[in-house]
Order: sequence, then C-alpha cells, then structure tokens
Amino acid sequence: MTLAPLSGNGARPAGAVVRIAGPVVSATGLDGARLYDVVRVGCSGLVGEVIRLAGELATVQVYEDTSGLRVGEPVENTGQPLIARLGPGLLGRVYDGLQRPLAALARAGGHFLERGGAVSPLPLDRGWAFEPRVRPGQEVEPGDVLGVIAETAIIEHRLLAPPGLRGRVLAIAPGVFTLNEAVTQIEPAGGGAPRAVTLRQDWPVRHPRPSRAKLSPDWPLLTGTRIIDALFPVAKGGSAVIPGGFGTGKTVMEQSLARWAAADIVVYIGCGERGNEMSDVLEEFPVLQDPRHNVPLMDRTVLIANTSNMPVAAREASIYTGITIAEYYRDMGYDVLVLADSTSRWGEALREISGRLEEMPGEEGYPAYLATRLSEFYERSGRVRCLGMPERHGSLTLVGAVSPPGGDFSEPVTQNSLRVAGAFWALDYELSRRRHFPAINWTRSYSLYGLQNWYASEVSPAWPGLVGEATALLQREAELLEIVQLVGPDALAEAQREVLAIARLLREDFLQQAAFDEVDRYCPLDKTFWMLKAVLEFHQRAQAAVARGQALDGLMALPVVGDIARMKELPPPEATAALPALIARIAAQFEQLEQAP
Amino acid sequence: MTSRPPVLAVKEYRTLTRIAGPLIFVDRIQDVSYGEIVEIIGPDGQVRLGQVLEVDQHRGVMQVFTGTNGLDLSRTSVRFTGDVARLDVALSLLGRTLDGAGRPIDGGPPIIPEASLDINGLPINPSARARPSEFIQTGISAIDGLNTLTRGQKLPIFSGAGLPANELAAQIAAQASVLVRDQAGQAHAAAFAVVFAAIGITHREAAFFIDRFQASGAMPNTVLFINRADDPTIERLLTPRAALTAAEFLAWEHDQHVLVILTDMTNYCEALREVAAAREEVPGRRGYPGYMYSDLASLYERAGRIRDKAGSVTQLIVLTMPDDDITHPIPDLTGYITEGQLVLSRDLHRRGCYPPIDVLPSLSRLMNAGLGAGKTRADHRPVADQLYALYAQGRDLRRLVAIIGEAALSDDDRRVLAFTDHFERGFIGQGPAARGIDETLAAAWELLSAMPRAQLKRIPRADLDRYYHG
Repeated sequence: MTLAPLSGNGARPAGAVVRIAGPVVSATGLDGARLYDVVRVGCSGLVGEVIRLAGELATVQVYEDTSGLRVGEPVENTGQPLIARLGPGLLGRVYDGLQRPLAALARAGGHFLERGGAVSPLPLDRGWAFEPRVRPGQEVEPGDVLGVIAETAIIEHRLLAPPGLRGRVLAIAPGVFTLNEAVTQIEPAGGGAPRAVTLRQDWPVRHPRPSRAKLSPDWPLLTGTRIIDALFPVAKGGSAVIPGGFGTGKTVMEQSLARWAAADIVVYIGCGERGNEMSDVLEEFPVLQDPRHNVPLMDRTVLIANTSNMPVAAREASIYTGITIAEYYRDMGYDVLVLADSTSRWGEALREISGRLEEMPGEEGYPAYLATRLSEFYERSGRVRCLGMPERHGSLTLVGAVSPPGGDFSEPVTQNSLRVAGAFWALDYELSRRRHFPAINWTRSYSLYGLQNWYASEVSPAWPGLVGEATALLQREAELLEIVQLVGPDALAEAQREVLAIARLLREDFLQQAAFDEVDRYCPLDKTFWMLKAVLEFHQRAQAAVARGQALDGLMALPVVGDIARMKELPPPEATAALPALIARIAAQFEQLEQAP
Repeated sequence: MTSRPPVLAVKEYRTLTRIAGPLIFVDRIQDVSYGEIVEIIGPDGQVRLGQVLEVDQHRGVMQVFTGTNGLDLSRTSVRFTGDVARLDVALSLLGRTLDGAGRPIDGGPPIIPEASLDINGLPINPSARARPSEFIQTGISAIDGLNTLTRGQKLPIFSGAGLPANELAAQIAAQASVLVRDQAGQAHAAAFAVVFAAIGITHREAAFFIDRFQASGAMPNTVLFINRADDPTIERLLTPRAALTAAEFLAWEHDQHVLVILTDMTNYCEALREVAAAREEVPGRRGYPGYMYSDLASLYERAGRIRDKAGSVTQLIVLTMPDDDITHPIPDLTGYITEGQLVLSRDLHRRGCYPPIDVLPSLSRLMNAGLGAGKTRADHRPVADQLYALYAQGRDLRRLVAIIGEAALSDDDRRVLAFTDHFERGFIGQGPAARGIDETLAAAWELLSAMPRAQLKRIPRADLDRYYHG
C-alpha cells in the first residue's frame, strides 16, 4: 500500500475528528470524500479508510491503534482508495496487512511496531535488468507483455501494459531500471500526451484485476499431501476451505501447502494468527528447497503477516492486499496459490467494526453482508485467459482456513465459505486427538472438481478405480465400526474383519502423513499412486484368501504388512522402483501361502 | 498540519451525567484523548483510576477500575491526566508484591523507576521474532515427554473448578529450567524469573502461591501482582497488562528469561464482559464482547523471543472452563491464540492421578522446535507419537469393554488396555516428584517394551534397535 503523503497543498479540505470509539473514528468536514477513500487521521497521520458517509459525517476505520487520539485533531483525505504497490521485488518479502515491509522495519531497529510508520513496500534503489518483448512503434493493448525481468532464479517478472492503456510504444530498449524509472512511453490510441510506463503499478485492493475470460478448472493443483491429491483434490484456479477447531492442524496444513504445492507463486496471508508461527515460516522458508526447482521456497513466496495483536482493521485489509498481489502474478501467466489463515479472523474483524458502527447484527453478531464479502473474495480465484499478448493462462487457487468457535461447523463463516468453495477439507477433533494427521475427516470432506479424467490420462487408467475402492472401503469401515460398538468384534464375519484390517492399513499407512518428517512431508503423485495400489493389492489378495478359508490373523502376520507400514519412509526417487517391487512381493507371499499345506 | 495541543494545566470536570455499572459519563469535556487515564475524586475525597473508552465532541465514557460504589453526580469530579496507563518498572521489582494495578502493597520502599512504560505495550514485529526453540524442562512427564514446552511459548492450562491447576502452575514455576552451557561447555539448569499475576483469585489461592514461592526460595526472583477475588473487578483488566509490562522490561532490557503466570483468565474475561454489558454493546457468544479475541490476543501475543535480545517471555496461562466445557468462548478463543493447551481431566483427578493432565486433547504447537537430537533426544518425537497412538487406541477399547466386556478382546487389544492403565498410573500420574527428560523417556520405553515390537509402527527401526528391550 502506498501511504500517500499528506497533501499539504490545501487542495482538499481537512476535516476534524468528532468521535473516537476504538478503531472507528467519525470526522466532519471531509467534503467530497468517497466511500473507501484512504484518509490520514490525527496529528500522527494514522491510516484509515472511509467506510460510511452520512451527511456531514464520515465514519473511518483506522488501521492503527487510536490511543491518544483527540477530538478535534485533523483528518485529511488522500483522495485515493487503498492500493497495493505492485512491481518486481515482491517475492520473498514479508508485509503487514497494509503492505508495509516488516523486515525493513525490523532492520531499522524496530523490534516493535510503532504507529504511522511509512516505508516503501518495494525497494526503490534496486536496479532491475529489463529485456523488452515489444519493438518501438508496435501497437499494444492492456495486458501485453512489454518486457521481462528475472525477479528470482525461477520467476520471470513480466511487465504488462497497464489496464486501460492502449496505444503505440514510442521507445523501448534493454537496460537497468529502478522501480520508478520510465522504461517506455506509450502514445495513447485516442490521442493525448504519451504516458510513461514504469516497473511500478498501483492497484486498488478491493477491485479484482481484469482478465479476458474465466476458464473451467480442469487440472489439479498437486499438493504433495496424499489424502488431498488422491481423495479430495483441488483444481488449479479452484478454492478450498479448511475448517477446524484449534489444534486440529489448520496452520500446519496451510504451511505444508505453502511448502510443497505445485504452484509457481505462493501468497501466504497470516491473518490474525500467532506471531511465533509466523517466525517459524520466516526462519524455514529461506532455507527449505522447493522440491521442483531446488531453490529456496522464499523465492516464490510473498508473506502477509498480520498477527492477532496487530490492529484489527488492518486484518480486514490484509486479505485484499494478499489477493491483489496474487492476481498480479496470475496476470503474468503463473499458477498462484493463496493461503488465507484464517478467514474467521477476517470475519471477526468485520464483526468488530460492524459492532462499533452499531449496525443491525445478523447471525451470531456477524454483519448481514458477511456472505457477500466472503463470496466476492472467493470468486477472485479462478483459471483465466489473461489480457494481452502473448496468449497465456494463469490461475489463482484459494485455500482459506476457517476457525469455527468450539469446532462447530454450523457457524456463519464456515457455512458461507462452503457455499462458494469447491473443495471442503473438514478437520476433525477426534482424529487430531489420536494424532492422525492430516486430520482430514474422509467421510465429511469432499471435492467438487471432476478431475478423474486428468488422473486417468496422466497417472494411470487404474486411478479412478483405486480411489473409488479406497473411498468405499473407508465408508464400509465406518458402518462396520458402528456394529462393533454395539455387539463387539466377535460378531463379525472373517470377511468383514478383513475390511476393518485393510481400512486400518489405509488410514495408518496411506492417509496419515507426517508434516515434520524429512521424507514423508512431501509425497509426489507417483509415490501416492503406488502406495495406494500396494494397499489395495494386499486387499484383493487378502479378500480372495479369506474367501478360500484362510485365517485373517495369518494374513496380517505376513512380512509384507511391515513393508507396507514402512512405505512412507521410502524417499520418492527410490519409491517408484521399490513400490512396484513390494507389490510383486505381496503377490509372491500370498501365492506361497496358498501353496503351503 | 497542526501540532498536538500542549496540556498546560490539568483540567477537572464536575459534569457527570450518568453512572452505570463500572462506567461514568462525563459531559462538556474538551481535549480528551482516547484511552487516556483519568482520576476520579469521589465525594469522600478518595481518588480512583479510570480510562476513557469513548469520546465525542460533547461527552466521554470512562470505565472506573476500582468500582463506582459511592460516586455521585454532583460532587464527584474527574481529572484528566493526559497520559495512558503506565507502570513504573525497575530491576528492583524482583522480590516485590504489587496490587492489581501495579502499586506496591508489601510495605517495602517505593520503587525507583528506571522507566515508566505504557502497559498496553507494542506488538512485536513478526520479522523481529526469533523462533522459540529451547526446551524447557518442567520435570513433568506429560509435558516434557508429550507436550514439550519451549522458551517464548504461551501455553494455557485448561482447568475445571476444583482441579489442581494452581498446584501444577506453582510446580512448573518452581521446577522449570533450561539447560544452558557455560564457557567450559558444562551444562547448567538455568531458572526463570517469575512474574505472577493473580487475577481475581481467592485469598486461599493467593496464599498458596506465596507459600510455595517462599518455600522454594524463588521469592527474590519473583514479582507478584495480586488482584484478589474481593478486589475491584475492573482492575482485573489492568493486572495482566501490568504484569506483562514488567515481564517485557525484565526480558528485553535486563536479558532475563521470564516465566509469566496468569491465573485465572476466566476472571479477566468476566470483567471484560461486565464493561461490555455496561456499554450496551452488541454481545457476541454467551454475552462476551465480539472483540474478546483481539483483546486476549493483545495479552497472549506478548510472549516470545526477539532476535538479538537475550531474554525471553514465556507465558503459562491458567483458566477455568465453566462446567468443564472446552467449547466455552474463554477456552475456545484462548486455544486459538496460544501455542497449544494442557487440559486437566476430572476423571483422572478423581482416580488420584497427579498431575491429572489428559494428554489426548492437550497439545504443544512448538514441541517440534524444542525436541530432538541436541535438545532432548532423537527418539523423542516418534516415542511421543507412539505413546499417543497406543493411548488413544486404549481409550477406545475401554469404551468398548464397558459395553461388551473384556472377554471379546484379542490378545493385542488386552495388551493395549494394560498399557493404557500403566501409562495413566505410572507415566502421567508421576506424583509430586520431578522427573528429568531422560527419566521420562526411560519410563516411556519401559511401557513400549511391554508391547510387541511389530506394533510400534511409529518408531523408526534404528530407535527400536537401540532402546526397545521387550
């Protein structure tokens, strides 16, 4: 966000504070103010946004602590909406909800966040080597790639012709430019003075960036988490919600996704979360390697850290800042993943502000517009045909964590998110208590993305069948466990006990995945496939053996059962060879058993 | 741009128009800032402290920390100090006892302040934080072994009425230490400075803590902030803030490792609700204000470590779950902010198990950072996972046995049941004695070695080879 300077030229009338109630301040005398204009409040220039206009009175939500503010202090309108500052240098940076660079503030000696601090979100003095992709004299449209910059080792930053600008490129040449230097001039098609194009673009965060068309999401975004990739995949350009009570592993899951998902760019929004967990990310990401490119994860990541003790209104702004940055990279043609942890804190910020405005409360005190705001936010995800030439597609996948009070999914934020998201990964208290992680409940969760065709053609034609069989087994287990609870395991037939035994293998040796284990934390798709195939191969053999009258206990004592339990420990490169060998061993041991007297 | 108008003289107003619960409404005030501290002089001449909650051109709303009993509309006057709430801090706070607002009540000399700090503090820049990673040995197996605490963490104890949360907190305060190496490479157990905030606890409970601190000789290294059950309710809003301000000063300015004990946060939340109700705010769940999450976060997030600072602030928060309900807003919102929780179990307590920590719903989120080779031992994580898995299975089996009887169980199941009993009696219920981390892990392997090796799926082969002795 740009902290627009106090105008000081007297062009806009200055107002005055007339009422202060926490983060909500009322002011008079802001003639001509528009809704969502950014204003500077008080002598220390606190940043705020106009959220209501009524006659003389403008109501402002202030993004910083208002302690010490007095009635009568000046309020100045910047005349601009809240904007994100976009350009090279975003990657690897850590921002607060208003896009203030936290590392730069910390380097300046600020262990603590003072109010009214204003530092440029992007480095101003760094030179970027620019390579043009258009010729002088060429006609360009909004979104056309004017040139490129190597922003990191793997990300080529594409400078796009700004939205709304159509015309002829006057002069353009390779060179080294800083953020605010003009790299080219464009003569507008409709006439008028040539406009300079710099590496910097400002965009109002509450407005989605335009694209040419939305495409249907047909590819999965692979995450390296087995239960998601196999049972509940999310599409590139899709959206997913992760609701779960505290301690069910939302944050660990979001962080696993941030680490291992096959996205080009990851924007991680820590909205009202824990400072110590952010420090975890901050220490690990520069060190951890992206498994696909072998560069530090930080090189593809933008972090927005607005921890729970930072001002509440900035929490509300943080998710918009984050998603605007994500859209910017989407428009260059990248697959972007946005992780919002947690959208409940954002909903609560809305509720807090709404309460201070004395609005009529809706369900559980949330404002009636909660559903609208949530769906507007989720609809900023999608796979798109980008504006401009060359022709390119980008996607923005959105995963929102939800923290329902008391772990009760019937609350408004969860329910309203479910209506708009395409995948639902329900985290379960019971599973987390027995340390079954990721604690995704397989009977409640779902994915609406029909991606089976992709899996059938890209992985194996057997894939849809295997997944269907696994789902059916888990469902059958749930039914049988109910019977066991009533009458005990003795009442079950051997074939039913076999189902229970296999479902347990499936749960413990396939679905469970240790996010902190060096090997297991990232599972490529072919390893996932072979692991699933091994368990189900065992199932088919065991089923047949039981039908022939073999005792289940004997089958479960086969040495391959131990090998199945250790499948996770196989490093991915070895796994592709070792797992088919394991499947062969399963066959061999069953055949041996059959031949034994 | 105008500069802030200077406060030339302290203004006094006698324009009270309304008193409602802990709030007073004062008319025709000028030049008052939001959050400012006010002095209210009652008809009896007694001075009380208050704070501005809301202000417009004509009127201000103030909460009175020491209660509004005995105030009237005509003779009560209000003086604006022009300043926010501050605490005088100094290293010499160690060993002192203060009231809930930070005034000495031990009859000792006045504190000569090194600084006077805003008790609301400032948020730590997330980029300046260092990740908590030093193992704190509490001597309690259920914590050290299964829910490892690290320096800079904030961990609450979710208790119920009548459960020994305070005993546990006092025991942790007395035993908690970090192993540090001196220049000769020798390991020493370094103790913590303790900042103790009693928020609305009874005289009996307060006396218990003071006795325990004196008995363990920890008193000279302790600061006590005492707001007892019969002290003014609204003052409880100040107590944790004052305590954390003292803790931060000791940690960031004097390189101390500070353990802050906040007990009982349920009383704090009640005070918050009382003020919200008096202001006629739109109530959230169970009448608690919608901003309770942000408010609690502004306290709990004051734990942590900072890069290039030697000290640390670790928080141990005690709260009572009304009717043992973990979904009640107080434990619920707390759990969403803190890095895990220790949950006490009435069932274990009744069976005479001390400490009665139910490890299944308990969790330490920073556990991974604090354990493993070089900190505790390489097998720590898998051992903890395995104990959890077996115990969870055992608890399920118990339910099953209650319905269908033990006869229907397989041999494997019976072994798991036996494990569950031994785990609760021996491992969790260790009694009042302290156990080092090596003893804790040895006790764990003792239990695991009674199980068939093939059933210990969570433990890597190498660790089994080394420690399994079944």
